[in-house]
Amino acid sequence: MTTEAASTTPERSSRPFRLAFDGGVLGPLVGLVLLCVGFSFASEYFLSVRNAINILDQVTVLGILAIGMTLVIIIGGIDLSVGSVLAFSMMMMGWLYQFGGVPLPIAMVLGILTGAACGLVSGCLITFAKLPAFIATLAIMSIARGLANILTDGRQVVGYPDWFTNLATVRHFGFLSVTVALFIVLMVIAGIFLRYRATGRNLFAIGGSAEVARLAGIDVRKYTLVTYTIAGALAGVAAVTLAARLNSSQPSAGLGIELDTIAAVVIGGASLVGGVGSIAGTLIGVLIIGVLRNGLNLVGVSPFFQMVVIGAVIALAVAFDTMSRNKN
Amino acid sequence: MTETPPITATGLSIRNITKSFGPVRVLEGIDLDIRPGECVAVLGENGAGKSTLSAIIAGVIPPSSGEMTWNGAPYAPRSPAEALSHGIGLIHQEMRLLPELSIAENVFVGRLLMKNGRIDRREMNRRAEVQLRRLGLDIPATTKVKALRVAAQQQVEIAKALTLEASLLIFDEPTAALGGEETDRLFEQIDRLKAEGVSSVYISHRLEEIARVADRIAVLRDGALVAVHDTADVPVRQLVEEMVGRSVERLFPDIPAPTGPEVLAVDGLTGAQNDFRDISFSVRAGEIFGIAGIVGAGRTELVRAIAGIDPLAAGTVRLAGEAVTLTSPRDALDAGIVMVPEDRKGQGLLLGMPIADNVAVGNFDLVGNAGWVRPSQTRAFGAQAIDSMGVKGTPEQLVGRLSGGNQQKVIIAKWLARSPRLVIMDEPTRGVDVGARAQIYEAIAELAQAGMAVIVVSSDLDEVIGLSHRVMVLSRGESRGILERGEATHVAIMERATT
Repeated sequence: MTTEAASTTPERSSRPFRLAFDGGVLGPLVGLVLLCVGFSFASEYFLSVRNAINILDQVTVLGILAIGMTLVIIIGGIDLSVGSVLAFSMMMMGWLYQFGGVPLPIAMVLGILTGAACGLVSGCLITFAKLPAFIATLAIMSIARGLANILTDGRQVVGYPDWFTNLATVRHFGFLSVTVALFIVLMVIAGIFLRYRATGRNLFAIGGSAEVARLAGIDVRKYTLVTYTIAGALAGVAAVTLAARLNSSQPSAGLGIELDTIAAVVIGGASLVGGVGSIAGTLIGVLIIGVLRNGLNLVGVSPFFQMVVIGAVIALAVAFDTMSRNKN
Repeated sequence: MTETPPITATGLSIRNITKSFGPVRVLEGIDLDIRPGECVAVLGENGAGKSTLSAIIAGVIPPSSGEMTWNGAPYAPRSPAEALSHGIGLIHQEMRLLPELSIAENVFVGRLLMKNGRIDRREMNRRAEVQLRRLGLDIPATTKVKALRVAAQQQVEIAKALTLEASLLIFDEPTAALGGEETDRLFEQIDRLKAEGVSSVYISHRLEEIARVADRIAVLRDGALVAVHDTADVPVRQLVEEMVGRSVERLFPDIPAPTGPEVLAVDGLTGAQNDFRDISFSVRAGEIFGIAGIVGAGRTELVRAIAGIDPLAAGTVRLAGEAVTLTSPRDALDAGIVMVPEDRKGQGLLLGMPIADNVAVGNFDLVGNAGWVRPSQTRAFGAQAIDSMGVKGTPEQLVGRLSGGNQQKVIIAKWLARSPRLVIMDEPTRGVDVGARAQIYEAIAELAQAGMAVIVVSSDLDEVIGLSHRVMVLSRGESRGILERGEATHVAIMERATT
């Protein structure tokens, strides 16, 4: 017993207590700062309030999607459908408003509920039909994209009122559009939920081991259903935000954005195995992708080469994270 | 066993075989001969080293030291394939079948029959069906294995071994999943093999089978060969005594007789999978109730059902006289029933998470208020749990890095925080070293003294006997009686567990 005690006590360090599965946020944060410093030297336009606001505007949609993806990845799942669900929600809102005579505020709510319904279907396929999350959301990805196109036979919806587009374009207090404010509020709520609510902590337990969580009295199926439903609803919120930004609804919107979303969450320190992740990390991941796109544009790097750079950053970030975890 | 016997020119000779896994010695200087055409039964308690010995003979694992000869020549197989090329095959205790393939493909896997450069399915099916019929299984060999019942799968495994045309076959608990009729057919086949000069090593817990099938009996205890009988005509009682032998005094705490009221009473419990049937017993406050039996007797399934994890087909559960229906672990927890599972790593612990979070999960209602939990509260809760059970570690330490004994204490501490009425422990000291065992026994005794009812399921007879006020023995899903503290001896339990 004495040897055991001797081997364990040194780990009690003077460092402040931090829950290990909040994920190491420090690594991605250092990466983000280095990127910003680098671009500041490379481009005279990068380091300005105006550009910072631009970046926030550009990452709003990705960021809102990434909140839902963080929850899904923490419980050990994956959601490939968010891009298509975004398009379907967006088209549903536009179609209801333009052809159904539904007042726009109600159409917005129904658009978000469309996203939630898609998430609920994914959740049911996973919990009741026992499909792997990858397959279930792959199926919904195809179905939702199809439905998005069927609604208007592939045509875009235009003609939104000014007050709607103003949500994304008018900067209150000189910097804060309603959509960016919404993004920040959602981030804060999700961060508090994951860190300070028992239900949030239970998501980590489910991702750590669904069986252990079940035996500890957690209703794993209910949590799974609700998590995918929230991810779907957030895709609906992102759809409304994007429609305001684009001043239209496009059935091709959000093509491939699910992969950017997953990348942002993983760069932020989450593990695809589940049980690890944080909103702070995800925010940093989202900003890294946003800063890279923005900075590379300012420097004049072609979009094709940007794809190469972003891919390399994902691989580097995760490799770095894995190595530092193993060293611990 | 002081003098090494001479090596025989025919059959298998095992000389001074030793096997260690790290510091743990599981086999110690085994000398054994298996002559052509004879069936040698190898007996022993769980963990006596039977499966290790058969794995060494079949080339699955190498011995740490010692040697074997086969028909007079040195025999040191480096793989099961090499053992097979010498004519030595193993039928696994756990089935190693490919569920998506047909019976015939499973029987001939790795050595598919070929004709003109193509797979000869017709011949494979024909030969497989011949073997299956000999074993009493009359189904087409084209059936997928996943469609078969467990007993039929076991028969496919045996059929596979019979087509190997081996000279020595090792049967590791072949009848664990078989019924009486199927067992008879298997014995007919072993008799046929014997007549053809094929040797067999027969490992089983079912002592009554041994006399029918074996020519000689070897008894293992704690990794050493304690007796070899040149006849199978040995009284069951004597074999049991040889198997359990020692009466090592372990540090079991003094446990006063229970005086409290009845906490749990179950009546006619039958599992939805029929893995236990018509079980009735009751446990009082302050009582430690042991459940003994061999692997597969239905012990774990029974206590899982009481803990609300698996469904019941029939029977009633009453807590403090009140009938309850437990359909989920949450129901059981709310009713004051907690379970410390057998599979700590798969069912009890979040290995990648700190001690504090492990004890807090499932207890967030106690950690914080109205669904709010601050990290500092989680840490304080963890520190409290660590103190309560004397866990060697800090709240932020990852559970996966703790020793088995400390991990077990973390799980116990987690559930003690709920002040449960009934604590179920399934194999509480599996994989726990001796020093930590005494502490866990101490903790179990304290639970009882604090007025909880405790159920201990264990394959370790010393443990069940040393801890329990009463012991129920299960065999093949049925109760073989409840023994009072005085009458629960090794022999009394093993006799009931193996019939």
